[in-house]
Amino acid sequence: MEQIQTVTTTTGESVVPGDEGKDKFKKCDQIAFYRRQKQLAGSVRYHALLDTLEVSETHAELQLQHTHTEARLLLQVCGIKGGAVRVKINELQPIRARYEVPDVLIGEPVTQRLRAEPGGGGAVTLSAEEGGFQVRIRGHPFLLEVESEGEVLVSVNAQGRLHFETLQTPPTQGVSSVDSDKVVLHTVDPSHDAVEHLSSKRLQGLIKGSYSICSQACVFQIRNICMETNSDFILLFQGEDSQGLWKEEFKTFLDVKANGPSSVGLDFSLHGFEHVYGIPEHADTLRLKNTRAGEPYRLYNLDVFAYEIHSRLGLYGSVPLLLGHRLGRTVGIFWLNVSETLLDIGNETETESSLQGPPQKKRREVPCTELHWMSESGVIDAFVLLGPSPLDVFRQFAALTGSQALPPLFSLGYHQSRWNYEDEADVLAVDAGFDQRDIPFDVIWLDIEHTDGKRYFTWDSKRFPDPARLQRHLQRRSRRLVVISDPHIKVDPDYPLYRDASEQGCFVRDRAGRVFEGSCWPGPCSYLDFTSPHVRDWYSSQFALNKYKGSTDALFVWNDMNEPSVFDGPEQTMPKDAVHCGGWEHRELHNLYGFYQHWATMEGLIRRSNGTERPFVLTRSFFAGSQRFGAVWTGDNVASWDYLKISIPMLLTLSITGISFCGADVGGFFQDPEPELLVRWYQAGALQPFFRGHSAMQTKRREPWLFGDENTRAIRDAIRERYRLLPYWYSLFHRAHCHAEPPIRPLWVEFPGEIQSFEMEDKYMIGNALLACPVTDAGVTEVNVLFLGSGEVSLPVCLQFWYDIRTFRRFEGGTNTSVPVTLDSVPLFQRGGTIVPRKTKAGRSTACLSSIPFDLTVALDSEGCAEGELYVDDGHSFNYRTKQEFTLRRFTFRNKTLSCSCADEKGQFQCVCSVERVVFLGLEAKPSAVIVQQGSGVREKKKPFRFEEETSMLTVENLKLKTVHSWELKIK
Amino acid sequence: MSGIWQHWLRKLAVFGRSSTEKGSDKTWKMASVYLALSLFLSCSLAVAVEIQRPRGVSLSNRHFYDQSKPFTCLDGSRTIPFDRVNDDYCDCKDSSDEPGTSACPRGNFHCTNAGHRPQYIPSSRVNDGICDCCDATDEYNSGSVCENTCRELGRKEKEILQQRAAVAQQGFLVKQQLIDEAKKGQEEKSRKLAELQESKDGKEDELEALRTVKEAAEAPEKEAKDQHHKAWEEQKAALRLEKDKARMALAFLELDDNADGLVSVEELQTHLELDPDSDGTLTEPEAQTMLGEAPQVDQTAFQDIVWASIKDKYQSETEPETPSQPETPQDPPSERLPEEEGEEDEEEEDEEDEDIDAEEDGKIPPVVSQTEKPEKEEEMPPYEAETQALIDAAQKSRDTFDEAEKALRDLEEQIRSLEKEISFDFGPSAEFSYLYSQCYELTTGEYVYRLCPFSRVTQKQKFGGSETNLGTWGSWAGPEDDKYSVMKYEQGTGCWQGPNRSTTVKLTCGTETAVVSTSEPSRCEYQVEFTTPAVCQEPKELDPASHDEL
Repeated sequence: MEQIQTVTTTTGESVVPGDEGKDKFKKCDQIAFYRRQKQLAGSVRYHALLDTLEVSETHAELQLQHTHTEARLLLQVCGIKGGAVRVKINELQPIRARYEVPDVLIGEPVTQRLRAEPGGGGAVTLSAEEGGFQVRIRGHPFLLEVESEGEVLVSVNAQGRLHFETLQTPPTQGVSSVDSDKVVLHTVDPSHDAVEHLSSKRLQGLIKGSYSICSQACVFQIRNICMETNSDFILLFQGEDSQGLWKEEFKTFLDVKANGPSSVGLDFSLHGFEHVYGIPEHADTLRLKNTRAGEPYRLYNLDVFAYEIHSRLGLYGSVPLLLGHRLGRTVGIFWLNVSETLLDIGNETETESSLQGPPQKKRREVPCTELHWMSESGVIDAFVLLGPSPLDVFRQFAALTGSQALPPLFSLGYHQSRWNYEDEADVLAVDAGFDQRDIPFDVIWLDIEHTDGKRYFTWDSKRFPDPARLQRHLQRRSRRLVVISDPHIKVDPDYPLYRDASEQGCFVRDRAGRVFEGSCWPGPCSYLDFTSPHVRDWYSSQFALNKYKGSTDALFVWNDMNEPSVFDGPEQTMPKDAVHCGGWEHRELHNLYGFYQHWATMEGLIRRSNGTERPFVLTRSFFAGSQRFGAVWTGDNVASWDYLKISIPMLLTLSITGISFCGADVGGFFQDPEPELLVRWYQAGALQPFFRGHSAMQTKRREPWLFGDENTRAIRDAIRERYRLLPYWYSLFHRAHCHAEPPIRPLWVEFPGEIQSFEMEDKYMIGNALLACPVTDAGVTEVNVLFLGSGEVSLPVCLQFWYDIRTFRRFEGGTNTSVPVTLDSVPLFQRGGTIVPRKTKAGRSTACLSSIPFDLTVALDSEGCAEGELYVDDGHSFNYRTKQEFTLRRFTFRNKTLSCSCADEKGQFQCVCSVERVVFLGLEAKPSAVIVQQGSGVREKKKPFRFEEETSMLTVENLKLKTVHSWELKIK
Repeated sequence: MSGIWQHWLRKLAVFGRSSTEKGSDKTWKMASVYLALSLFLSCSLAVAVEIQRPRGVSLSNRHFYDQSKPFTCLDGSRTIPFDRVNDDYCDCKDSSDEPGTSACPRGNFHCTNAGHRPQYIPSSRVNDGICDCCDATDEYNSGSVCENTCRELGRKEKEILQQRAAVAQQGFLVKQQLIDEAKKGQEEKSRKLAELQESKDGKEDELEALRTVKEAAEAPEKEAKDQHHKAWEEQKAALRLEKDKARMALAFLELDDNADGLVSVEELQTHLELDPDSDGTLTEPEAQTMLGEAPQVDQTAFQDIVWASIKDKYQSETEPETPSQPETPQDPPSERLPEEEGEEDEEEEDEEDEDIDAEEDGKIPPVVSQTEKPEKEEEMPPYEAETQALIDAAQKSRDTFDEAEKALRDLEEQIRSLEKEISFDFGPSAEFSYLYSQCYELTTGEYVYRLCPFSRVTQKQKFGGSETNLGTWGSWAGPEDDKYSVMKYEQGTGCWQGPNRSTTVKLTCGTETAVVSTSEPSRCEYQVEFTTPAVCQEPKELDPASHDEL
């Protein structure tokens, strides 16, 4: 067994498992299916049997045949409404069912009928009725091309890497006869066998002792029998399985593959694309790298302690969605597979020849990105999302996997966490500390130490004798408590949850059929099988207020360690041969484990309020679709400038793959940040969707006021600005919920026509209006900003204006500027043509914002126009959708008139807040009068105003304009 | 008065409208009732209620808010009509026009909190839905229902203050005793120190005298011993020479195979072990060289020329199993022992005595086993009686001297520790000196904490386990004006992946001296609450009627 540092000391103190460095995790050449895919792909050929084509209402299907083995596969192609093509390949007649991913898609995609036409040259063309795309399938060899507007965007199997390992009958392996005192084991290849007699005593020794000397599969195979018969037996050692077909070793771990080889692989060529993004979670650049010379990107959810930056090792979660972007087109490839997945990315150039003119002259070099997806098991189920714009791709992806759940407003405030707040008094002191320094915050968090010996759903009665009272205290200040609930359950027959779960058969089993045990925080643990609907239901019911002792409706939940983390497992996770509900091996669904826990927890919180209150659940592990359940954070980062810097591309990558509500631990989880880093991290975190300060047990305390007045002030300002901006954030989350637009987005999403934006990752857009330029280096006195939108490349041709929200200075697109910064400033620019709603003040928590009036900043574009919207509801319940209790207002500035109108007539919410102040940026001249008209037929009223010549800023205050009424503000 | 009432009336109307969109009739009715009621109250109580002031203004500031005049911001920056005070719009840069609303960013709201202490809260907390003032006046328009808890709070606080005062009173009396005792103790110590100093001076003289006596006895002892050793060395040398000669003679006989009284080159070549370059053959020229270039040598020449160069290697034919003994034996084994220990302990004690390291460098081969049996004949004969008497006498004077020296060191140690104790900062009146060399324990769920003031803080598991040092005495670390309220203990046992442990001890007034609580607010940074009468201040007159306003 691997050497793992003691996890629980005798005093019950939690210790981080030993950091064995990079050796703990596999390199690609240590992954058998990757070696096989790489070896064999390209050497096998499939033909499409075009005469087997059948077209139905929902899809077209035909068979593929292997040129040598004649094994047949079934190809299904669907045209999905909204602009996507689904390509599904399975064995025509598998000997057993292969795993097809459930629950990730929100439903069967809405398809349209495809019209088949012979394409000539041994090809067939399937045309979609709407959306203007076609799929052409060539027979010899099999090639599938997706065309839109007369141009091939994506080719499938152009590199001939389709490799589909068909399921085989297991070799006569296993116990064939049980004599009274002898057990004989047959193995795959008799020519390589060695026979050995082992006394049961010796075998017991092998089993009980270190696994490292027990490197042969057979010992494991007969472990059960050994226990039962307690007699001598014969072992036939199997010959070396270098292909890793039926078993695979890593370090001291052995993986026995019950179903043998079952990997799948396929290539996609993105024509004209050299910029690709997505496939979280890696601590890497926004733009994905060419992997031809190194490790492929790995998607395998792992608990990586202080992960290495720029590594392609898979981190805590996976979204196998890759986006390609070029001028005029964005596409997505969604590879729906939840087993271990690897992606090789190659950038090539291909020569495009034109039909007209002399060939030499018209040939041009066109970039192309080749993707080679490989998964250990399951079927091929891929979606080509056709765009054409980035926002279209987001919508197409959300149509498949769902959009971001609308978070309760409090969860967009600031969260204060630490491993661990010691006891009730500590929590109360921190809570009071924020009020004392007038720093807003909404939620305080408790890590694992709040429990009785890491038994989740319990409380340490010494530290937290009356948790309900504590929650009521917080609630009186409109604040909440979040507690941790991990998927590992301490093996302890006196622990009711364990007992109940055992009795109900809720745990994952090992390959021998016994309840799997691994080590985690509490010591020996079993793992809840969240893939089972029954277990999810059982788990959800644990959150009922009368069931979860000490919980109140002010308590919310955090799921950690749900990759799952198993300290003594291979790569610190669950062995792939563990068995889940339905008999599926863990390898089939590994990447979905955390997704399911997140889901069950969310359900639990919804259910405890009888479906009326919005839940808040944070998860570390996730998969495509996890956005439906709550928030995600980037795990155990480190207090250094590099980790602050990488948090931005990491969060942008999550955002463009659907996981919009994401954040990184402010300050860095491990180690102690210097005060400057902490301040900069707060400033950066305040401009990210999920905003939580968190730190590890070994670090010094770092509540915002512990670093002197200057730093406290800078942190307070950053948090207050966040609170003031919450109406904008909340409106953005409403757009994410309804339209799948991520609240934070890479610059190329907003400026898809500007090549300069394609690799920018240190700056990004919040919505379409704000350009965030967080400082991520020490000792910075100025920040260089390149303003996009020179007007030359974008359509329609217009020059972009940008306004510094502090100085109100105007900058023009296409210019490069150095903006001076001090410790308390964060460069933030508002884009011309937008209107941003804020609160005039920050309350001490989000609940206090409801009575604070709004403040609009109207930033004019080069045409003198601007537009924006505001979404308001009660901030916590589902009434926004069950009773239409929301209001969506549109603000438009045109012809020197700002009007507030209703943008969704269904909305019924009576928002009491008024617009108190409006600031106009970019007016040409000082107005002679400002006139307000509220409601039709009401008398116009002149309003006093201030105009600053230098910045052309007009401020109109004391307006008291009802948000829910229509009104106009005219500038004369 | 009418001005401000009208203003409030307007406000009431505004709030009435703003809080409900529909059913404004009802609101108006309620407002009218309220209005009537308040008018009635204000009329009937006009005498009782001293004066009206805008909401959120303290009594001491009320004169700035005169409703009969325009209002000037407190910083003098601007003057506005009085009806813009508390109109929920911020006019003054210093926020002074909105004392009763949350409109200004840096305003302060005053709650009278009758029955308890008056208080200012940031005006951002007015009507934010959270009850801040115990008299509930900050939430007059947020829909939050706040109870007036001032009386209850005031009562509780008074109780606590009274308790605290009683404790302080008692503690302060104890403190006076402590100061007296400390004073006496200090005098006692100083006196003792002087005594010790004096005694030390005497002891030093005494020691010098004894040193002279000792040295006088040691001189003849040394002379006699040296003589004895010299004689023994000479005797040993003679003995060795004789033995060597015997071996030489035997060797000559053995080599002289043909017994012609001469050893020839050929004869020498029969003893392969003599091969000077150890290449396995003893060549003729090699043998020739050994014989001093003579063809053969007689016994005298053999002794003079050849023997010295071959005797270490020569193996006797009669006792071939025994390897030749080196003529100069190694140090006796008893003296080698430390070196062996040194080798074994190398890893643990890298900084062992330097001479051992130096010896190690010489890498003496492991011949120890061979020298374990020194030849018996080499035992020194006992001293003659006369010499032994000299030795005994010298030893006696040495013992006496050592004893006296030790007594002096003990005395010096006492002086040092006393000086150390006297030099400690035990507070302005030495009131903390009683804590010196005392220890106080607190047992929590898992641990026993032990505070030994001016020494160290430790933590030990309740059920066995070793003691962890949470810090040794560092310094007084209270704020400048209250230095003696905090003790700092530093440089305790190091933490895994963390700093050395340290402890902050907070001293509070109590009649008992005790550790009352411990915590670890940050990893490896401990905090101990410690009560002692030594920090009790003389309680001021309790002033229960400290409300500056109603």
